[in-house]
Amino acid sequence: MLQLIPLQPFITRNTMSFADKYEAVIGLEVHAQLATASKLFCGDSTAFGAAPNTHVSAITLGHPGTLPMTNKKAVEYAIKMGLACHCEIERYNYFARKNYFYPDLPKGYQVSQHTTPICKGGYVMIKTETGNRDIQLNRIHLEEDAGKSIHDIEEDYTCVDYNRAGTPLIEIVTEPDLHTADEAYQYVTEVRRLVRWLGICDGNMEEGSLRCDANVSVRLKGETKLGTKVEVKNLNSIRNVKRAIEYEITRMINLLEKGERIIQQTRSFDASTDTTFAIRDKEEANDYRYFPEPDLSPFHLSESFIQNIQEAQPALPYELQEKYKVAGLSEYDAAQLCTEKEISDYYNKVIKHTTHYKAAANWINGPLRQHVNDAKITFDQLQLSPLQLVALIQMVEDGKVNFSVASQRILPVLIGNEELTPLEVATEMNLLQTSNSSEIENWIDEVIKNMPDKVTEYKRGKKGLIGLFVGEVKKRSKGKADPKAVTDLLQQKLNA
Amino acid sequence: MKITDELIDELAQLARLELASEEKEGLKADLGRMINFVEKLNEVNTDGVEPLLHISPRMNVLREDEVLGSISQEEALRNAPAKNEAFFLVPKVIKK
Repeated sequence: MLQLIPLQPFITRNTMSFADKYEAVIGLEVHAQLATASKLFCGDSTAFGAAPNTHVSAITLGHPGTLPMTNKKAVEYAIKMGLACHCEIERYNYFARKNYFYPDLPKGYQVSQHTTPICKGGYVMIKTETGNRDIQLNRIHLEEDAGKSIHDIEEDYTCVDYNRAGTPLIEIVTEPDLHTADEAYQYVTEVRRLVRWLGICDGNMEEGSLRCDANVSVRLKGETKLGTKVEVKNLNSIRNVKRAIEYEITRMINLLEKGERIIQQTRSFDASTDTTFAIRDKEEANDYRYFPEPDLSPFHLSESFIQNIQEAQPALPYELQEKYKVAGLSEYDAAQLCTEKEISDYYNKVIKHTTHYKAAANWINGPLRQHVNDAKITFDQLQLSPLQLVALIQMVEDGKVNFSVASQRILPVLIGNEELTPLEVATEMNLLQTSNSSEIENWIDEVIKNMPDKVTEYKRGKKGLIGLFVGEVKKRSKGKADPKAVTDLLQQKLNA
Repeated sequence: MKITDELIDELAQLARLELASEEKEGLKADLGRMINFVEKLNEVNTDGVEPLLHISPRMNVLREDEVLGSISQEEALRNAPAKNEAFFLVPKVIKK
């Protein structure tokens, strides 16, 4: 069935000169596994990594006489994504059977939403080099996943594991509205952020919870008819989406330049060589003989059902980004806070208690993000309460400690000890900055005594040396001396 | 509708059935009668009649997202024509 026919395409990487002559047209299909506990039509677990054929039932295995029932949460999750992508939500839904034979498909048909996708139209906003662009969607529909075929266990057989069969998926289909590999990269990145943000899919491409197929064609610029398309599968990372499309565009342009015909086919990406190879020609038109699934009742969505989902919808990343910018953050800081929902949730809690928006952003995007990354956790697992951070920010703002002492000495003690206040820690560790002039004077006198040459140079007019003296005093004070008080006092003494 | 040999071959291919030529002749006659019967329905005017998607009048038979009802690996594999200790086995689907 699936025959691997490696092709040896004529490769040159020199397509830049063709950039003005040709235009690529790309449509993407992203399959996202919904993060429900159970399958789309029965109660088998959807957990990844179980022993083969243990998350199965008579329904999953397609035994006769079973009665599947639709998982309400999967419907809700699909609607969440549709609302986030500005889609129209279909009120009258039913499932259809897509009939074909393949060993990973236990029933001989896949239950899908061929005629009535639950979400229609809509768009996903991406950032490009030339500004924001709304990538138009065709549809988002619900369907069930297939099982998994493993070819390398038995010599003469393919092994099939049906644990994944029946897991709920949404398929997010764009219009042929993307034109570069980079746009495709940005699009998949944004879709992954959205599904994670909404909590409907873990977005893990390596484990296959997010999968992408790309339909690629090229045409002369100005041409309105689409060229022959090739479908590229097996894109298991966002980087591979980009590389596969880059390769495919180059390959197709080279064919056209040589006067050859592009064959409509399905190709697979080989990440070890950065190339694609044909897995089947689409000569035989598929005949899926769709018909309404008689085992499942249609479902009609009421206004209140959709309204409830809308009201529970979290603020979306681009909305928060705008809000943060209005509050005075830079484009970059605002974007950094919105890379993951856990980060912006934490930030939102912090700024409920402080108006030092910029300082809070710096703490989160700097030392806290570093800690979270190092500890391989997410911000919702960070053992530092927002109120502890607020108090720490306030101490820096008040000049009680400087930022480096706060982030390098106090923060590590606070993390994991939510009962401690930063002030207690600073006091205990004797880290509070002092503007106590007698203490500062002692340090200054020591510095002046130890650096007679520099003092002479300073007095002869090399005023830039003041920074050196301040630094020395800070060192002696172990960061405790308030730099402003030090500078003032130093100047008094040196200019006396 | 004319039932041709090509149509029978196409349907047999879609259903993954291997048919002997005398079986094909029998099927051609059977299928012809079935299609004639269904075509009778085309005589009825159905303008403005919504297609019947489901026999039961019940709508929105949805279930809560709960894990329950799975069977053991042993039970799952019991009726399989070919299996090993953990997997269903099928003829190799990738040519080496």
